[in-house]
Amino acid sequence: MSVTSVDKDLDTLTLTLIADFAAPVERVWRLWADPRQLERWWGPPTYPATVEEHDLSPGGEVTYFMTGPEGDRHRGWWRVTSVSEPTALEFTDGFADDDGKPKDDMPTMSVTVRLSEHGGGTRMEMRSLFDSREQMEQMAAMGMEEGLKEAVGQIDALLAA
Amino acid sequence: MVVDESSDETVDRLFHALADATRRDIVRRCVRAELSVSRLAEAYPMSFAAVQKHVAVLERAGLVTKQRSGREQLVRTDPDAVGRAHRALDALASAWRGRVDRMARLLAEDPGREENDPTEGSER
Repeated sequence: MSVTSVDKDLDTLTLTLIADFAAPVERVWRLWADPRQLERWWGPPTYPATVEEHDLSPGGEVTYFMTGPEGDRHRGWWRVTSVSEPTALEFTDGFADDDGKPKDDMPTMSVTVRLSEHGGGTRMEMRSLFDSREQMEQMAAMGMEEGLKEAVGQIDALLAA
Repeated sequence: MVVDESSDETVDRLFHALADATRRDIVRRCVRAELSVSRLAEAYPMSFAAVQKHVAVLERAGLVTKQRSGREQLVRTDPDAVGRAHRALDALASAWRGRVDRMARLLAEDPGREENDPTEGSER
């Protein structure tokens, strides 16, 4: 498997994931830097992502939406805080409203990505942290709904039966 | 923005509990304040008993706690911050596992080494 380790820090609300890939650093970087590549892995198969704006420069923005099984769209954005091609990227990831405007009352996460050569391939270290405990709480309570939609249709049918 | 792909038992139970719009709404309302069941019942076009049933499902899933206060039953979304942090981080971790799997698949299709993929051409 590609995932080498996953570490969850409950005090700092940080997820650290290390993955090793059998491809050069430049190739792995392209997964992030090429919007057509990014949209093939950012969302799960049931919620594929479509990337609209994609500016990986400091202060730049990436905007995207994920399309659910019923054609429902969920918009999100990144604000790039730092970038060092092809080895480092930092951005804030958040939700947007239907017009693509960032929702201030929704949780945001800070994401840091580091790529390095490792054993003839590439090691990717990804760190994602909730920007505050309140945001994490909000994500746990309400944000879960996001991930539930897929199951909801089936369950509703079961409950109705 | 993260879509939870996790499928373990705990999450399944949560899925079930949260698979209903009213129940999701109850969880949301009770994050910041304790609300009595009768107060909640005023918010929905359904009977007190029906709301009580929804609260019971949420309680079994560990999403809310119920406390008696005089004649009222106060509902509150689970204040166990550690448990919730676990859940949030678990959801995040499983979303990222899915992403890494998809990344690996894309890399397998196109490893980016010239000798492996004549169609890729040199970009430099």
